[in-house]
Order: sequence, then C-alpha cells, then structure tokens
Amino acid sequence: MSTDATLANITDAEQGSSLWKDAWHRLRKNKMAVGGLFVLMLMCIAALLTPWLAPYSYEEQNLILGAAPPSAQHWLGTDTLGRDLLTRLLYGGRISLAVGFIATAVALLIGVLYGTVAGYFGGRIDAVMMRLVDILYALPFMIFIILLMVIFGRNILLLFLAIGAVEWLTMARIVRGQVQTLRQQEFVEAAVSLGLSQWTIISRHLIPNTLGPVIVYTTLTIPSVMLFEAFLSFLGLGIQPPQSSWGLLISYGVETMEEYPWLLIFPGLALSITLFALNFLGDGLRDALDPRTSKD
Amino acid sequence: MGRFILQRLLQAIPVLLVVITATFFLVRAAPGGPFSAEKAVPPEVLKALEERYQLNQPVLNQYFSYLGDLAHGDLGPSFRFPGRSVNEMIFAGLPTTAELGLYALLISMLLGTTAGVVAALKPNTAQDYIPMSTAMIGICLPSFLLGPLLMLVFGIWLEWVPVSGWGNIPGDKILPALTLASGYTAYVARLSRGGMLEVMSQDYIRTARAKGLPEWVVVIKHGLRGGLIPVVAFAGPAFAGLLSGSFVVETIFQIPGLGRFYVQAAFNRDYTMIMGTTVFFAALIILFNLLSDILAVWLNPKLRQQYSSHSG
Amino acid sequence: MQLVIKRTRRKQRTPVRSDRRRGLKLTSVLLCYLLSLLGLTACGDNENNVVSGNRQQILHWGNGTEPQELDPHIVTGVPEHHIITALLEGLVLKDPQTLEPIPGVAERWVISDDGLVYTFHLRDNARWSNGDPVTAEDFVWSWWRALQPALGNQYAYMYYAIKNAEAYAQGKIKDFDQVGAVALDERTLQVTLANPTPYFLQLLDHYSMFPVHRPTIEKFGEPAERGTRWTRAGNFVGNGAFVLKLWSLNKVVIVEKNSGYWDSDNVKLNSIYFYPTENVSTEERMFRAGQLHVTGSIPADKIAVYKKERPEDLRIAPYLGTYFYRFNTTVPHLSDPRVRRALAMTINRKQIVERVTKGGQLPAYTYTPPDTLGYTARDGFSFDPEAARALLAEAGYPDGDGFPQTEILYNTSEGHRKLAVAIQQMWKKNLNIDVILNNQDWKVYLDNVDNGHYQIARAGWIGDYVDPNTFLDMWVSNGGNNRTGWANSDYDTLVLKQSPTAPSRDARYQAFKEAEATLLAEMPILPIYFYTRNNLVRPSVKGMPANLLDYTLYKNIYLQAALPEQVE
Repeated sequence: MSTDATLANITDAEQGSSLWKDAWHRLRKNKMAVGGLFVLMLMCIAALLTPWLAPYSYEEQNLILGAAPPSAQHWLGTDTLGRDLLTRLLYGGRISLAVGFIATAVALLIGVLYGTVAGYFGGRIDAVMMRLVDILYALPFMIFIILLMVIFGRNILLLFLAIGAVEWLTMARIVRGQVQTLRQQEFVEAAVSLGLSQWTIISRHLIPNTLGPVIVYTTLTIPSVMLFEAFLSFLGLGIQPPQSSWGLLISYGVETMEEYPWLLIFPGLALSITLFALNFLGDGLRDALDPRTSKD
Repeated sequence: MGRFILQRLLQAIPVLLVVITATFFLVRAAPGGPFSAEKAVPPEVLKALEERYQLNQPVLNQYFSYLGDLAHGDLGPSFRFPGRSVNEMIFAGLPTTAELGLYALLISMLLGTTAGVVAALKPNTAQDYIPMSTAMIGICLPSFLLGPLLMLVFGIWLEWVPVSGWGNIPGDKILPALTLASGYTAYVARLSRGGMLEVMSQDYIRTARAKGLPEWVVVIKHGLRGGLIPVVAFAGPAFAGLLSGSFVVETIFQIPGLGRFYVQAAFNRDYTMIMGTTVFFAALIILFNLLSDILAVWLNPKLRQQYSSHSG
Repeated sequence: MQLVIKRTRRKQRTPVRSDRRRGLKLTSVLLCYLLSLLGLTACGDNENNVVSGNRQQILHWGNGTEPQELDPHIVTGVPEHHIITALLEGLVLKDPQTLEPIPGVAERWVISDDGLVYTFHLRDNARWSNGDPVTAEDFVWSWWRALQPALGNQYAYMYYAIKNAEAYAQGKIKDFDQVGAVALDERTLQVTLANPTPYFLQLLDHYSMFPVHRPTIEKFGEPAERGTRWTRAGNFVGNGAFVLKLWSLNKVVIVEKNSGYWDSDNVKLNSIYFYPTENVSTEERMFRAGQLHVTGSIPADKIAVYKKERPEDLRIAPYLGTYFYRFNTTVPHLSDPRVRRALAMTINRKQIVERVTKGGQLPAYTYTPPDTLGYTARDGFSFDPEAARALLAEAGYPDGDGFPQTEILYNTSEGHRKLAVAIQQMWKKNLNIDVILNNQDWKVYLDNVDNGHYQIARAGWIGDYVDPNTFLDMWVSNGGNNRTGWANSDYDTLVLKQSPTAPSRDARYQAFKEAEATLLAEMPILPIYFYTRNNLVRPSVKGMPANLLDYTLYKNIYLQAALPEQVE
C-alpha cells in the first residue's frame, strides 16, 4: 500500500501541470471556495477602480456636518471630521489589500524556503538556521521598526518589508516541523534511492506536501498583517493621515463605538468579509491541492 | 534525547549574546534619549543624569560593563523609574503576565483543538463550517476591538464582571484572558483542523479503521497524535507570543504585566529596561521553542527513534 | 480554589502509562483550571468601588500613568504631583477655590516692603509621620538637597527666584550659605530673593520645594543619591495629610490618613487609591462601571454624551495652558513673518474648538491665557482669510503658487491627528497650499523638535504657576524651551530686564503686554486654543472645586453619596 502511495506521488510530481489542472478542477466544484474567490476578486477590482468609484475625495472634510449616520448623500455615513466613510473605506481597502497580500507573499516566500531547507537538511544546518529565527523572534521589534523608519524614511514599501520580515518566522517554524515529519516518510526515502537531486526532492515532493498547513497559515497571516499595519500606523510608523486603511479605520472606530457605531461596523464588515472569503478560498485550495483527498 | 536538550541549551548562549548585542546598539541608535522631555532639561542636570547612568562613557565601555553586570544577574537600574531596578520590575510583572498567558493558552488550546477536530471529522459540512466560522470571528476581532467590546457588554451593560484591573476585584481576570485567547483559539482551530485532515487521510488511519476500531478510538488514539503536530509546533511560539504580545490586552485592561512594562520602556527609551525585558523574553522564547521541539519529537515516533539512537 | 484543585490533582496521580489515559487526564486538568478561572464569576456580585468607597470614605482616583518616583526632588509629572501633595506639605498651601496662598507648615509669614525678604513662622504642631517635629532646618536641608546636581532635579529652576540659587545649582558658587535660605531658629525660616517675585508664594506649593525627612533619606543612602528605597511604602516618612500605605507597580498606590498630621481633625477621607490609568477609554469605562470616583481625563467624543446623559458627572474647567504650533524660523519660507501670520489667520479656531476638540476650549488669539492673575494680552490677530491671502501674495506666493512643501510634525495621538488633519484642510481651502502630516513616536518627535528638524510642530504649554511670566519667559533668545530659532532683543529686554524690576504690578504687566504684542506680531508660534481640563467626577465627591491649576487639596475632600447612588 505504501509503495502505491509512493509511486502515485512521484507520478503526480512529474506531471506537475496536471496536478494544478486537477486542483483547479476540484476547486471549481467547491461552492464556498468559488464564492470566496469571487468576493476577493470583487474587492480587488473595487480597490483598483477606487479613484473612479469613490463618490467623494478621501480628504474632503465637512466640520459642520461632523459624524453623521448613513444617509442618501453618504451611504455609509461620515466620520467625526465629516469625511465620507464609503470613500475612505474604498481608499483604505487599497492599502489594506496591498499590505495584506504583498507582505504575506514576502513572508510566504521566505518562510517556506527557509523552513524547508532547515527541516530537510536537519543537523547542524537546521540548528544554525533555527537559532537565527530565535534571534529574530527575540529582537525588540518596535525599536527595530522605528530605526528602520528613521534611517530609510517613511516608505510604504518598507512597511511591507518590515511586516513580511516578521511574519515569515512562524511560517518557517511550521514548515520546518512539517518537513521534518515528511522526510521520514517512505516516498522521500524512495525518491532519494531513485537518485533524484535534492532540489527536485525539495521542490517537487516536500514543498507541495507542506502546502496544506502553509495555505491554512497564510489565510491566517493576511488578516494579522492587515491588523499589524494598523498598529504600526497608529504608532506613527506606517501610513500617514489623511490616508487610511481598514485597520486604522477600525481602531479609530473602536474609540467611538458607542456614539458612532457605523464608524466601527462598516470597516469591521469590510475586513471580516475579506477574511471569511480568504478563509473559504484557503480551505478549498488546501483540499484541492491535496492529492490524497481526491482518491477518497 | 538528553544530549539533544543539552545541545540546544548550549546553542542558546550565542543566540542570547547576539540578541543582547544587537539590542544594545539598536536602542542607543534610536532617536530620542531617555531623559528628553517636553520641558527642556538644563544642561547641568542632563550632565548629572548621564553621569549617574554612565551614559557619558564610550558606548563600548557601557556595553562591556553591561555584559559584566548581566553575568552577575544584574540588569541595572531603570532609567524611567529611578527607584526601581530592572530585576525588580521584571519579577513584579512576570507572575501577572505568566498567569494571564497561561489562562489564555489553556482556553485557546482547549477550545481551538476541540473546534478543529470536530470540524475535521466531517469536512465541508455544517459540522465543519459552524465551529470554524465561529473561530474565524476570533481573528476578525483583534484584541483592541474585542477587549473594549467585551468590557462594554459584560462590564457595563450586564455588570457581570469588572471592566479592568488584575486581582483587585473578583472576576477581573476573566475578560482579559478571553480577549487574549480569542485570536489564538482561531489559529489553533485552523491548524488542528488542517493537521487532522492531513492525518486522517494517512494509510495508518485507514489501517486502523480497517481493523474495525470505533471511529472515536481511531481519532483519539491515532489521529490526534499526528494531527496535533502543527498545533504543538505552534504552541511554543504561541505561549512566548502570548507573553510578549499580551501588551495590548494589558494596556486595555490596565494589567500590571511585563508586556505593558516592555512597551512603556520602548516608548520611554528606558535603555536598561528594554534590554532587560528583551533578554528575558529572548530566553523565554528560546526555552519555549525548545519545549515545543521536544514535544514534537516525542509525538513523532520516527523522530523519537532517530534522536534516541543518536544519543545511544 | 485553585489551590484546592492542585492538591486533589496531586493525590489522584497514579502511574498510568496509557497514552489515552494520559490524554484524558490532561484534558480534565485543563478543564479544572478553566472552571476555577470562571468560578471567580460566582463571587463577582460585590458592590462597586464607588459605593463601598462612599461608605468608608475611600476615594478611587484615576491617575493617568504609573508614578516615576515619589521623591519630590526628582519627579516631573502630574500623576506624581497628585500623590506627592497627599504625602508632603510645603510652607504654604493654596485655597482650592481662589488659589490664594493659605497657611501650610508655616502658620504665618512676613514679607519685607521691598518684596525681597520673606520670613516664615512654622507652626509648632507640624510633625513628620514618625513624630519628629518639622523644623526650619528641615527646609534648608531639603532645599540644599534639591539643588545638588547629582540628584538630577529637573525642576531646580523653581528655586531660581531665591538669591544665588541659580548660581549654586549651576556650580558657580560652592557655598550654600550664600543662597538666600536661612533657619533663624527652629521655627523661623528666612528667605531672600534675587528680585521681587510676586508669584513666589505660589512656588512654595510646588512639590519641588517640599521638605523631605533627612534621617529617613540618610538611612537609605546618600542625600543626593537618585532612587534609593526611602520612597517605598513602609520607609516613606512624610509630613502631609496622608501616609504611604502600598505602592504596587503599575497597579495601585494607596495612601491612608495620617493621624499625626497637624490638621488631621479636618481630614475626612480615610484613604485614597491612585490607579495608573493610561488608556483613557478604559478609564472612562472604569468610571461608568463604578470603579473610579475621579478620572484624569475624558475622551473628546464622550463629552457630548455626558453633557446630554450625565451632566452631573462631567467637569469642564479652564486650565492654565495653551495649545499651539511652533514654526521653525530657520526654514527659508517660514522665516518670513508674513507667511507665519498668513498661516495663523486662516485657521478657523471657533470651528476647531466646537467641532474637533469639543471640550469647551477657548480659541486662542494670544499666547498667555486670558485673565492670568489679572493679565490679559490684546488679541494679536484674527481669523481673516482675505487678508491672509494678501499677506501670502506679498510674501511671493499668490494663491499658494510656488509655496514649498511644508510638513506638520506631531506626536502620535488621536487628538493631535484630528486637529492636524482639520488644519491641513483649512490651509488647503483658504490659502491653496498643500501641507503634509507627519506623526512620530513621542521621543522621536522630541528629538526632532529639539534639534530643529521640523517645519511646523505641534506643542502645548501648561503654566507652572499663575503668572504671565511662566508663559512669556520661554520665548527669550536661546531659551531652552524656545526651539523655534526666533530671537528678538526688544523682547528679551522686556521680559528679562523690565518686568522683574518693574515698580508696580501695572508696570510689570505693561512690559509683558508689549512683549506679547511683539511675539504675536512676529509669530514664531501659532496659538490655537486654550486648554480646558475635562474629566469625570462622581457627584458624591464633595469639597473638590475646579480651578485653573487642577490643584487639589485632599484634606478638604469628603464623600457623600446622593441617594440614588447608594441604592445602586
């Protein structure tokens, strides 16, 4: 039985394109995942078309109006400075989505590669690599970011990098744990005995098999990155007003949640919907990419 | 196994040294000194203060004298709180933070694995969606939102529990523990669901099922052990994260914990306090990562074999 | 309860090797912990702090942040001030209603005709909390200590009104006998000033001039040693109406009534609990949940709600402080006073205080708050976009054309942010210029302002005492708090030479008025509003009137619950 699985794995890997084709085929059958994908695409389109969609300018104030509940002029109401919330939500979405996806991509790339290499080679290499992760975990992050900002100036790219640079650590640990387990399994031993190169084993056999937990963790990382951005911006280390992001809108909304609940509810909904969509898509992808589930 | 642990403990020394060195020079490079204030500090006062805390000496001297003190377990005086030593402050804050972190970890592990395992048993059904969506809400509600929300509902509207404090008024520990646990619960749920799904499709589970064992025995005896490996790998950093990341909750609920001290120190450029907490957290993180690695080895029979054969 | 569970757990432990049993056991232990955690709810049905406090005369006070220290010669902040004034007492106190000096440790005092020599007669029943009498020598020794450079006392300048104190603090004189503070006998203290200083009695009620107990300090270290353990509960010996009972880091500071205090018959409170309440939103919720009698502040957006629903809890009082922006006058385009005035004249301050800060603040058209001990400066400008545009055109930027990119620097805070965003928009609308905002962490912000790395920076100033001098002496050339690069020799003469030697109060105020007119004409700073002190106070707190300095005389306070609160 185990030999069967080994062979199945090798054939799968060698016909990489069909793996993805199969996965896409399976994904399409998962209604929740397709729904999630659809919502996300909608969000991205809205973010791209924001300058044309937004009913007002994102910095236009109306101090006389102040915070007003949703109305015909302002569908989602206005904030305490009388700015249109829908507009600010659309512009905020651009930043949040960009930060979420780009920083997570950075974390994903570094974390998976790093974790796989450490877990696969084990021994001294693993020890050195994981101790480096320990060091980075332990550094006082806030001071680190302040310094980066001072040295390089405030820059949104830097924000992506800084967040990505922190988030990859946990990713690396999870992947490494996974790879350590996988390495012991027969199909890797079989691949080694077949004389496949280490790079092939890593890229064709190990990484695809860690995708499950990685995708799950990624769908968790995107929201935490978005909130992390809010935290940094709130400290004055991220984006500057009058620009905004969903995380910042929420953190301001919290302060006035009893007086002006719409300032919390709408940004909260925007973030939640995105996260749920991501989540369903992530689950769907995980199931679709898992070669074993298909055979059940 | 013993050798493995010893090895890792030895490796911790250079790791700590790098952390100390990097932090030491990082905090001194950051703009704004510990004594800058809105009202200008007269030069003669500033000079006296710098002399008192040895800031007038070359940085390298400061560094080596810090290392020397550290070797004796002395983390120095706090710059911000003149009457307190860093040692004293860490030991004042640690029990609170540890207690809070422990409650949060227990809550998140218990709720998270339960939700994850239940969901993984019948994937893509209501039994999957309902617990997982509930867990997702934990992520959508960051602690700076969930904390005030819980305070408002349970503290002010229902008047069941106090809205802040720690050990001042009975029941004041409940809301902070729940708030801190919520995000992690969702993580644990997701990870354990993923891990369980992975394991439940493995051959040995099929074998176990084929032997005619009842499903719950298969799940608990065979499934959990492998399925929870990602959770275990996560638990170490998670607890360290709960300790070092509890500052948001500690600030919202006015809890006298280490996380709050740490952030205050960073904002105040309290050099010795930043150093002290960093060294302490670093040691903690290393320790918990080690523990979670040991647990992972223990849970994985093959790795266990490998390590025991190494140690002879 | 937790202890009990732990013990039973240990008893139950039997050597069972089965993995499944172990797993189940672990789960049950976890459950027990959780239950014990939640079990605490069962006993959460107590009356709240306010109700029990009212009954026992215990005041629960939201105190902002954790006190740095309780040594009056080291600390600098308001939270420390609140605690120290309960523990120590100076020569004079202030009437909390009028802020006029009233007797403290000194039962009476005589001021010489030239206003230079003050003779204080100490009351003979003034005692330290260990029973020692408070003597004139205690003051001389304490003041000597406060001026020791090694102590790092940032408020040493409060002494500079005293003859030779400044020279001594800066090390120009080595002999303390030359400083104008002498104990004539055990109960008589004579103080000689450098110049007549009308506000000198007020300074004596600042904690930096409080006496400290010499034997206690010497018991725990050198006199000028920072951070010895003498300020800990159990060690602290004070002469105030209260004694230090408990100081739990970042949790609470508790003071209790001092039965040996000379006026203890009139002290009604039994105890005060000071809580470090950094998070203003949480503080407000604590207040609402009945955990606090008094808060340190109130979130701006909550003011309207309280005005409507619980006006009896809300307190809005004028406060001796000004919120303003600094201009860096060394930046080329901001070195032109016309540009600075144009920027000042296009901020609609009325709209700002009504719509943005919303706390009853007053629009500021001068720097010194109006009616500061009878001093009110003439408005230096008005809201006039038309004239401002003309000024800007004259300066070479018609309709904002070619105006260089300008940045407003402020430290991270929701209030500063909102104000900056509003001002950014007003300048855009009225002058057609674009400014960008830059918020920074507090210490980074301080560093940049200190080193002149800014263009326009947010600032605030709270008077140390009620006198125009505390506002105007900061703008003298190269003054430590100036930081704008602005220098004007006429201004220096008026503030440093003419006002201290002015023969009468009118003449002195006249000099100040001229100085302030110069300041506002050149406008190195842009006044925005005068602070108000907004906080929440339970109606049961009596004997605590609001005043300009947020000054509290704890011995007058008592708690008397109105009926509904007792029922609650």
